[in-house]
Amino acid sequence: MLAESLFFSAVLFMIGVVGVLTRRNAIIVFMCVELMLNAVNLTFVAFAQVYGVAGQVFVFFVMTVAAAEAAVGLAIIIALFRHKQTVDLSNINILKG
Amino acid sequence: MLLQEAVTAGAHPLSGTAASYLWLLPLLPLLGFVLNGLLSLIPAYHAGPADPQASHDDHAGAPEPMHTLDETGGGGHGDDHHEIKRHRYAGLVSIIGPGVLIAAFGLALAIFAAMRGVGEMHTPFVQRYFTWMPVGDLYIDAAFQLDQLSMIMVLIITGVGALIHLFSVGYMQDDPGYPRYFAYLNLFVFFMLVLVLGSSYPILFIGWEGVGLCSYLLIGYWFSEKANADAGKKAFIVNRIGDFGFLIAMFLLFSNIGRLDFVGVNAAASQLQFGGVVVTAICLFFFLGCAGKSAQIPLYVWLPDAMAGPTPVSALIHAATMVTAGVYLIARSNVLFSMAPAAGLTVVLVGALTAVFAASIGLKQWDIKKVLAYSTVSQLGYMFVGVGSGAYVAGMFHLMTHAFFKALLFLGSGSVIYAMHAAYHATHKHDDAQDMRNMGGLKAYMPTTWMLMWAATLAIAGVPPFSGFFSKDEILGSLYLRAGHSTLADAHWLGIPGSAIMYFAYVLGLAAAFMTAVYMTRMMIYTFHGPNRTGEVERGHLREAPWIMTGPLVVLGVLSVFGGWFNLPALIPVGKVGVLEHWLEPVVGAGALRVTGGAPVEASHGTEVVLIIVAVVIALAGIALAFARLKPATLVPAAQAPAEHGFEKVLADKYYVDELYDAGIVEPVVGVSRGLLWRGVDNGVIDRLTRLLFQSKDDDAAVGAVPMGGWASRAVGYLGSQLQSGRVGTYAWVLVVGVLFVLGAFSFK
Repeated sequence: MLAESLFFSAVLFMIGVVGVLTRRNAIIVFMCVELMLNAVNLTFVAFAQVYGVAGQVFVFFVMTVAAAEAAVGLAIIIALFRHKQTVDLSNINILKG
Repeated sequence: MLLQEAVTAGAHPLSGTAASYLWLLPLLPLLGFVLNGLLSLIPAYHAGPADPQASHDDHAGAPEPMHTLDETGGGGHGDDHHEIKRHRYAGLVSIIGPGVLIAAFGLALAIFAAMRGVGEMHTPFVQRYFTWMPVGDLYIDAAFQLDQLSMIMVLIITGVGALIHLFSVGYMQDDPGYPRYFAYLNLFVFFMLVLVLGSSYPILFIGWEGVGLCSYLLIGYWFSEKANADAGKKAFIVNRIGDFGFLIAMFLLFSNIGRLDFVGVNAAASQLQFGGVVVTAICLFFFLGCAGKSAQIPLYVWLPDAMAGPTPVSALIHAATMVTAGVYLIARSNVLFSMAPAAGLTVVLVGALTAVFAASIGLKQWDIKKVLAYSTVSQLGYMFVGVGSGAYVAGMFHLMTHAFFKALLFLGSGSVIYAMHAAYHATHKHDDAQDMRNMGGLKAYMPTTWMLMWAATLAIAGVPPFSGFFSKDEILGSLYLRAGHSTLADAHWLGIPGSAIMYFAYVLGLAAAFMTAVYMTRMMIYTFHGPNRTGEVERGHLREAPWIMTGPLVVLGVLSVFGGWFNLPALIPVGKVGVLEHWLEPVVGAGALRVTGGAPVEASHGTEVVLIIVAVVIALAGIALAFARLKPATLVPAAQAPAEHGFEKVLADKYYVDELYDAGIVEPVVGVSRGLLWRGVDNGVIDRLTRLLFQSKDDDAAVGAVPMGGWASRAVGYLGSQLQSGRVGTYAWVLVVGVLFVLGAFSFK
């Protein structure tokens, strides 16, 4: 059971990573980040079956942080769109000093 | 000092007394350094409306240091007709500079009283502040250690230092860099106190390097003259050779004993094999450090050049304190040195050779400060003969009396130079104010200086009952006795029996004593006796220095005369006998006993009387010879002096050692750098390669001249700048690659 869960979460995580790396739409990148976070949550839960409930506690923390991050992240994307009229990351390079 | 722990201090009898303020001792001069340093950042003077030179100097920015004193060259006399540019906070600096030293001396006296109060003290008082370097097995605490040896040094440094600071107030007051001067001088005292109070070799080394830095800064104090700046560089570079030895010795000590603090090293030294390779190598490398710092053969060449600094600096750093650090180091490491007879013999031999060599150069110098510089090198040689032969107390005793009489001689020469310079300044004459051929007959104009200088001269020549007699006699006497019976005498040095080397060193010591008497008397005769050669008009402007300069001279004069009472030999019981010996017994007693084979060496009264008579006769003969042979009346001013011939010229030119080093070391290094590295590698290979690379592209001449090095660094910079694209995606890629790399590295392990 553990092995399957871990495999599944690894696949989810890799989908997230590839999405972050390849997609240019900020919203999709953002969703991929959420996917990665949930993949990690899945490993936590899977391990919690074997090693006790501490892993499940972590999942709650991650979910809380992810909620906060989603709020802030979406706000940033909206602000960015208002400013640039686009959410295409290849056009957004104002991080350069 | 919040982190101060009372680990050892808790149980020590000195805890709770004035000695718990030990940390304040170096902090006081450090405070003076900070304050004076801040004041020195303020420009020397403000060009106000009252200043006639205001418009002229405005565009020149910061005024260049005026060469008030110690001028040897012909340049830089443009300031002669200006008003004196005294620093506007000179008054404040005159209070802070010497003030912190006087306060430190007061504290040192209080600590000294506390030490005397607790009676016999067999373990050093160690004060730990924090762990400085916890690396693996190496623990180095930032800690100070107070014992009888460091107490003596602290008293000399702060006491003589305070007097020299006071003298400096008079000597340097009209210099525009006055606060800078005192900042350096205070910083020097801080580092010197760290050197003698440090509880381990690394802490000592901090002080060791720090005083080297201050020495460099003060030698090149009038840095606008190239010769002075060069002298500073020379001192710094020559000392690096010695420091290399010091570092190697510390590495060896750590890898063989595992400790670097004095208490630990002294306790663990018995693990080492007596006379073995390890302990001998450690001691020899330490002595290389000493030879650099204390100007012994072959590294003595920097000290005579160091006279380019202001004269009080020569008195404090290059006579009384810093150059004796090597002697202190050997006395501090007496446990190690007593286990390495071969190293001890090396120290004795080098010391004796240096003593005789430097003294012979001193015979023919015309610059009054150069005479004293070679005299210092020679006297340091004596101290090394003392500590090298295991007579640690004798070495330290001579260090102490030398601090008194040599500081007096330097300050006295400073007051002579001050008077000479003032006279030349008043008449706008540009002669050398330090050349003895331009002096003569100063007795009539500066009677106080004359009298005090004679006291110091008799002391250094070893005439009883002046201080130098007692200390020099003790060194030569104990060397003679140890040549007859000690572990050193039984050992061999490159196949030569130790006792032969020590008897040879004794003869050299006597020869040096004779020459010392001759050159010192020569200096006195040429400076103060005979007719005056300064010049008809200038003569009228010669006068005694102000009281702030003569005052310290008087105190040093008293110490030079009566300093011998600190350690009277049993043979001459005109007071309490062997005070210093008894005082230092807990620190150096064990080492000294090991050298003499477990029992103190006792000489029969007859031998001792003969030794003393020989020493005195030699000193008096030297003085008499100088008086009989030297005719100051026939001397002409430096400008008209005839060239020297024969061996006299060799002596006057210092045996051409500087030229030898130039030809043997400096020139090859410069030649390789210029011919091979610059012309060959840089111009020949790198630039040619660049040209080839660029000629294949469109641009030819202009780009071809771009040096490869510049092109390469710009290329690397361009690549680096491309990494910062500002695109989040790229950053994410880099992040993922990095994570994979780290994970990969972990999974392979």
